[in-house]
Formats: sequence, structure tokens, C-alpha cells
Amino acid sequence: MSGLAETLCVKVRMARDGFCLRVDATLALDGVTAVFGPSGSGKTTLLRAIAGLDRPDHGRIALDEEVWFDADSRKFVSPHRRGAGYMFQDARLFSHLDVRGNLTFSDRRSRDGGAAVSFDEAVEAAGLAGLLDRSIGGLSGGERQRVALARTLLARPRLLLLDEPLTGLDRAAKREILPYLRDVPARFGIPALFVSHDIEEVSALASRMLVLRDGELIAHGPLSEVMQTLDLAPLMADGTTGSLVEAVVTGHDASLGTTGLDLAGIALSLPLDERLVAGRTVRLFVDARDVALATVRPEGISIRNIVAGKITQIVADRSGPHADVTVSAGPSRIKARITRAALAGLELKEGQEVFALVKAMSLAA
Amino acid sequence: MPDLGPVLLSLQLAAVTTLILFVLALPLAWWLANTRSVLKPVVEAVTALPLVLPPTVIGFYLLIALNPNAPIGGFWVTLTGGTLTFSFAGLVAGSVIYSLPFMVQPVQSAFESVGRGPVEAASMLRASPLDAFFNVVMPQSVRGIITACVLTFAHTIGEFGVVLMIGGNIPDRTRVVSIAIFEHVEVQSYEQAHWLSAGMLVFAFLVLIGVYAINRSWRVRTG
Repeated sequence: MSGLAETLCVKVRMARDGFCLRVDATLALDGVTAVFGPSGSGKTTLLRAIAGLDRPDHGRIALDEEVWFDADSRKFVSPHRRGAGYMFQDARLFSHLDVRGNLTFSDRRSRDGGAAVSFDEAVEAAGLAGLLDRSIGGLSGGERQRVALARTLLARPRLLLLDEPLTGLDRAAKREILPYLRDVPARFGIPALFVSHDIEEVSALASRMLVLRDGELIAHGPLSEVMQTLDLAPLMADGTTGSLVEAVVTGHDASLGTTGLDLAGIALSLPLDERLVAGRTVRLFVDARDVALATVRPEGISIRNIVAGKITQIVADRSGPHADVTVSAGPSRIKARITRAALAGLELKEGQEVFALVKAMSLAA
Repeated sequence: MPDLGPVLLSLQLAAVTTLILFVLALPLAWWLANTRSVLKPVVEAVTALPLVLPPTVIGFYLLIALNPNAPIGGFWVTLTGGTLTFSFAGLVAGSVIYSLPFMVQPVQSAFESVGRGPVEAASMLRASPLDAFFNVVMPQSVRGIITACVLTFAHTIGEFGVVLMIGGNIPDRTRVVSIAIFEHVEVQSYEQAHWLSAGMLVFAFLVLIGVYAINRSWRVRTG
């Protein structure tokens, strides 16, 4: 498809209430790019600057050849002329219109817009067929965000800006909307920036990521690369850390309710997911707290996913009870969070052969 | 039955005033609802002045400003040939100033309660600022706008001091209901005064019931 965005040049500097955002990057846009970082790291500020909702003090923002903001030439393209779609955390549906009215509002104003999306396609992509005549007041949180998604799609944007659309929703609502968010960018060929501070959301949706801390861009690139090179632990509010591994789908076992995977020669299993076609490579997010270590292969244990590997790194936090141990198996690295007492008791050292016992994994995009 | 001339004149004055204020107050209220200018409190104070000043003060200054020898009054004479003082046009000018806060304040607070959120959302759906104003902000503020129009209309019907100062008591030109009642009482024709006063009382009561009913039904409907 022609006219679709490929690179976003963001070079901004803006001070707001004692906070300063400094980003200078050229981002290759491909599928969903996560904008990750703890609360207050400038994620939303960055997105709003790209959308044109706030004006940076200095810098330049351009999507491909189209300059949206340039401080030097005093160029500032109004948000409604940028052709970017924005999904707000609080949905911001128009309460004076019903669901159909909200969709028609954007549909009517974007007839000559970027991506080719029909009204019916947008309704279908967000699963809204049964909701069109409902009033906004009666919608659940998940339904609101689905309406917001379809409405944003019908603005036929060249770039989707998703500002924590899942935050504030309960688990059920998240699970309800996640598949729609995952499918839309690829299906309509619209690149997306997805703001989140939840690493599981990020690994479920994004293929690339950029990481912000205290208003500064500290990394960007393909998701697995960034996650493996960067210690994300200090960036997560609740101190969680984890790793992303790639595995190949080998098949399904309907009788046991599992899907088989191959990770560098090691057989793993997941709860049955028939959408996964055999032969496809999938990415899995493994929370470090869900990984235990053993020095010998355990027998008679309920955990099915056991990965043999070699310890490549041990990071012990002197002030806390935990240590993060990285185990490498082929090209994959799995991080385990164990106690320092266990580290000492097992006498674990770098280079040692161990078995990583993985209790849970979640499927990433 | 009393003479209906003053009633018609009052209705006419209130309608014209409401219409003019509606057009003037929208941009003013929008600016007040959104500006971060240091001038905001100053403009708000000027807007609210008619609420606290005695009508005679406003009437006095208007009389001075609108008389044919003053710049504004003189300009009006060269433009139309008639004077602003002791004319219907003068009453409209006075009423617009006197009723300004009744239009601006409810509309401003309606705009403020809509907030920036829907406007930003509209701009991300390719709506220009004007488009967003008319198709998002206005519909979402409709309750405040209707309240403002009703209150402005009713308040203009009820004004007395300003009208007396700049309009006097000229039948079919400046003799509105409130002036007519005053005159009936002066000449002790209480029956006429009763008719008009009772009419005003019922009118004011119905208007207020209407305003409260609008607010209530909207709250019920929008949860």
C-alpha cells in the first residue's frame, strides 16, 4: 500500500512543570512499537507531542517526508491536519452521540484519508456489530475502548497513537480488547505507537519498543533485542522483570489441551491455542518470578517446561533478598528471580549448567 | 384587560437581547473557559459587574455614553438618523450589557465542564477547531446554553432601572411591562397593575420551573 508511514523522526525537547522530555530518534515504524517506561517517564508527553496536542519547545517531528513540527522554521501542523489517530486512556467518546454517531463522526471527516478502511470493516475489526445503536452511557470499559478503536480507525490515520488504552480496565476487559488491538495494525497496514507501563501488554502487542526513563530515550529497536540488552527491572513499577524467548510451534494435543513448542531443541508446552499454526515462530514472555532453578534435572515434578542451559549472568541485589540469574539455552536467554539465600545454598556460578523450571509463560505478539 | 402594548414590547426586547447576547457570549465564554491569560480575572470581573452594580449606575453611564453628543450616541445618529437614548435600540444596548452575565456565566461553566478532552478527541478525528466547537462542544453544552438563553430572556423582561434611566416611558417605544406597572401604581390604577404584576409573577414562575425541569431531565438522561 502506498502512502503508508515508514519512519518517524522525533527530535523534541519540552519542559512541563519541572519535567523535561528529551528525545532524539528516528524510529522505523513497523507494526506495533511499544513506548515503555514507568509512570512519569514522559510516554504520554511524547505521544501528545507527536499528535500535535502539545507543542514542544524545540525540535522537529516528521513522518516520512511530511514535517509536522519544526521549531527552526516555526512550522506547526495542527493536530487535525496530521492524519494521526489517537486512542486515549479514557476513550473520550462523544456522549451526545450513540455508537454509530461516534463512528460516523470520524468516517465523514476522513473520506480522503490515508488507509483504506470501510465503515463495515472498522465495525467488524472492533466487534461492534451488535452495539451500533447503543448509547455511550451504557457501555462497559472494554466496549468503550473498542468503540474508540473503530472510531480511530475510521479517521483513516497514517499512524496510530495508542495511549494506554488498556490501563484502568479489569483483566476480563483487557482480555476482551487485546485481540482487537493486536490484529488491527497489521490488518490495515497502519503502524502504531503503543504506550504502556505493563511489560506483559507490551510483549503481547508489540514487535518493536522504545524505552523512556525520566524523559530520556534509553533504548529502541526490535522488542526481543531491547528486552535482552536492557535490564528492564528498574523500569517496572512493581519490580518485575522477565525475558522474551522465541519458539517454534510444533503442534497441538487436543486431548491434553496443550500446544507444543520447540525452543532450541527443547520441547515446551502451552495451554492449547489453536490459532497458532504449526511451524510459526512465536515469542513468549517469561516473568522472572515464574522461573525456578535446579542444579540437576528434577524428577517427579509437575512443571512441564524445563530448559537446560548455562548461567551467563548473576545480578544480586545487595539491598534486597533477590538475585536475578540469566540462563542461556542456544540463542535464548531466560531470567530467573531467586532468593540470595538460594543462590548461596546452591552455590550457583556463572558458566554453570542448570535447569530452568518455567511455571508460566504468556504468548507475545 | 390591560393594554398589551407593553407586554409585546417587553417580549420583543427580550427576544432581540437574547439573540444578540447569544452571538456575543459564545466566543467570550469559550475564551474565558479556555484562556490562561492573566487578563481572565479582569474580563470575568467586567462581565459580572452588572450583577452587583445598582441598575441606576449602569443606566446613568449608559445615558452619558449613548446621548447624541457623546461619541457612541453621535455615531448612532449619523448612522441611523435616530438617537439611542429614549429609543428601542437604546433599550437593546442597555439590556445587552445588563443581562450579559446571565448569558456568559452558564455558557462558560457548560464549556468548562465539557473540558479539553472531547475537543482533543475531535481534533484527532480530523475535525478543525471550529468544526469541533459546533459539532462537539455545542451539543455537549446544550443544557447550559438553553439555561443561559432562558435566564437572559427572563432577566431582560424583568429589568426596570436601566430601562427607566435610558428609555423613559414612551408608549410603544420604551414602555415595557415593568415601567407600565410602575406608572399604573403611580396613578393608582391598581387593577391594571394587578393584571401585569400577576402576569409577570406567573411568567417568572413558569420560566424557573422550565429551567429546573430542563436540568433535571438532562441529568436523568445522561446519568
